[in-house]
Amino acid sequence: MNRRYLPVAVTAVLFVALFIAGSLQFSGFASARVILNLFTDNAFLAITALGMTFVILSGGIDLSVGAVLAFSSVLCATLVENYGWHPLQAFPVVLLLGAVFGTTMGVLIHTYKLQPFIVTLAGMFFARGLATVLSEQSIAIEHPFFDAINNFGFSLPGRGWLSSATLVLIAVFAFGTWLAHFTRLGGYIYAIGGNSQSAVLLGVPMGMTTIAIYTLSSTLAALAGIVYSFYTASGYALTGIGLELDAIAAVVIGGTLISGGYGYVLGTLLGVMTMGLIQTWISFHGGLSSWWTKIFIGGLVLSFMIFQRWIAVGLHTRLQQK
Amino acid sequence: MSERKTVLQLTGVCKRFKGVFAVNHVDLNVQEGEIHALLGENGAGKSTLIKVMTGVYSADSGRIELCGTAVSPQSPLDAQRHGISTVYQEVNLLPNLSVAHNLYLGREPRRFGCIQWRRLQKDAQALLRQFDLNIDVSESLSSYSIAIQQLVAIARAVDCSAKVLILDEPTASLDAKEVVVLFRILRSLRDKGVAILFVTHFLDQVYDLTDRITVLRNGEKVGTFNTAELPRPQLVAHMLGKELQSIEAEKTASRSDDTANTTLQVERLSTSQGLRDINFRAQAGDAVGLAGLLGSGRSEVCAALFGLAPLTEGQLSLRGNHYRPKSPADAIACGIALCPEDRKIEGIVHPLSVRENMILALQAKRGWWRPLPRHEQNQLAADATARLRIVCSDPEKPIGELSGGNQQKVILARWLMTHPNVLVLDEPTRGIDIGAHAEILQLIRQLCAEGMTLIVASSEIEELVAFSNKILVLRDKQLHTVIEADAISENAVLAAIAGSN
Repeated sequence: MNRRYLPVAVTAVLFVALFIAGSLQFSGFASARVILNLFTDNAFLAITALGMTFVILSGGIDLSVGAVLAFSSVLCATLVENYGWHPLQAFPVVLLLGAVFGTTMGVLIHTYKLQPFIVTLAGMFFARGLATVLSEQSIAIEHPFFDAINNFGFSLPGRGWLSSATLVLIAVFAFGTWLAHFTRLGGYIYAIGGNSQSAVLLGVPMGMTTIAIYTLSSTLAALAGIVYSFYTASGYALTGIGLELDAIAAVVIGGTLISGGYGYVLGTLLGVMTMGLIQTWISFHGGLSSWWTKIFIGGLVLSFMIFQRWIAVGLHTRLQQK
Repeated sequence: MSERKTVLQLTGVCKRFKGVFAVNHVDLNVQEGEIHALLGENGAGKSTLIKVMTGVYSADSGRIELCGTAVSPQSPLDAQRHGISTVYQEVNLLPNLSVAHNLYLGREPRRFGCIQWRRLQKDAQALLRQFDLNIDVSESLSSYSIAIQQLVAIARAVDCSAKVLILDEPTASLDAKEVVVLFRILRSLRDKGVAILFVTHFLDQVYDLTDRITVLRNGEKVGTFNTAELPRPQLVAHMLGKELQSIEAEKTASRSDDTANTTLQVERLSTSQGLRDINFRAQAGDAVGLAGLLGSGRSEVCAALFGLAPLTEGQLSLRGNHYRPKSPADAIACGIALCPEDRKIEGIVHPLSVRENMILALQAKRGWWRPLPRHEQNQLAADATARLRIVCSDPEKPIGELSGGNQQKVILARWLMTHPNVLVLDEPTRGIDIGAHAEILQLIRQLCAEGMTLIVASSEIEELVAFSNKILVLRDKQLHTVIEADAISENAVLAAIAGSN
């Protein structure tokens, strides 16, 4: 097998192993319902993390996604509840604002050669502040359309429920895979992450690509905010604090190199699912505090970093032997 | 020659930085089906001119015409679209992508918005076969050697329907065998009508390969000549603007091999980097040359002496004392200094000034709790600048602003300040201009005369022969032959590198 696929394969094996272990330990763990709930419960995180994958593949980082998610959930709630908009009118506005937000960050990063860390940190404060200005309180959303969407879905054998959030996630995943592996833009993103100077000399349009990356990340964060507002039937400015870090962790566990250039979209989905599975395992266990999830994830992220380092060293020595 | 079609014509091109001309009214004419050398010392304006042609910089004035139509490339991509492709000294491809993707990045075959990976790989395979490369194109580029990566870069440039192919020092990181392959491919491209502009420091290669030569000096054009009609001394004179004093020099008189006088003794040296069973001895005043092809183990010997690679076997002794460096800090403390091969990455510290770069090693040797007083630093820097004839108006200038040759001299100064017993130089003259080249050779001789022991690894046999009184020829990370004193000649070294025993 090609060594490039190794990190993703390891995540997949880890996921399956965890699932089997859980199934042996707890009855009812091995069911379509548990798996499909993983998707539903983590859809907003997965959508954000898929956007983050592109940012990290290009060697950047986006710290604003949690705040953008909060902002878009609050904006959604405000427009629907306070201004009486139909959700279908509100969604395009929310997505568009998310896109504009990301485009602005991308333009700043490219034009002024600023560190993505700083620009998106500023973006994080800005979006969080804006969300709080809109409403300090949580706004409950009661709209027939929200109920309809929440009730929409397909039931599957094994008491499984393919929810609307899952459907959105599947669509985003399909789009992400296509973008990363079957389009020119995808190649450009890998190229920038591999070596941005070479990328320029090979004719990669840096500005367009950088802007596209951050626009995509923010748009997906805004979409995740919409999904989150369904999931909780509310909008709240203080939601999603630290979500950007969860997303980064998912990307790393999914086998993407944090310095960019190497990784797969599928890996990120597996990363989110692995994190979700650990959470499920802990809730089945009952005796453990849910904060143990964080401890496990911390350990996982660390071991993945070490693992990747080990692969990189292995590649290096193999090259020297040639 | 004259009835050939002109492909690229530059007329009166100027480029200024902060009011100073980097390129001053330069004309250049590159014709279809020729290999045209662009020569000049460092700072002559070659790189600036290339960057103007490839759209990295835009010219302040002047015209660039491609096949008769004026163009003004705005970016490397734009230049490529016009048919001007460039291959740089450092391979500017993407190590993380597959070979095939590197070849077709930005122009992948698509259907319904999807890249057709299978077709792309087939095309890539076919393209590389024209270059006699039969490799798995789906592997990452980083799994292949630099030489193959270089050929992939050229294949990409040519395939981007290049009318003009600019090669900026493509052979700097290739060994002799790889250069032969590259040249064969360049000749066949020339015969197909591609106009090739070739920049190099190796004059041998200029005479071997090129049809015409354009020489630049101080940002201005000296002239364009037919290679066959320009004798080498004349060419060097054009490049330097003066007659070069013959660097052919008195060979160091052979000294008696006196064991008592041994500075460095290496016995059965093997390291984790693959060196096996290296034995040699160097006395005070010796210049030991390390010759061999790329990858033969030259740099590895340097690394082992400087404590960069752990010894797996054998022993070293320094002035009769057992010596086993665990780190460069150890080596420095024992009086060994190394000027590394890759000046830009391992040698200079970019943001620091010339003075700060010079005193680094001395300060490290003293320890951080005994800082060198500033007036001493200034004095040391001034002395070194004068002694090594470093061209630098102000020692507080960032070192990155100096030319390659002067940077190398600063690094030499850094180590000379620590008064080492053994100075190890890995490729001391790579990528520096002829003037500085001669000065560094001069300095090596002078240091030997003063009683220092020098170990010099170089791919330029000519220069090794000029100053060494002992040459170790390495092959496959083993010591192949030792050539000493009167037996040293370019032919002897070449024969040892190339041939049978």
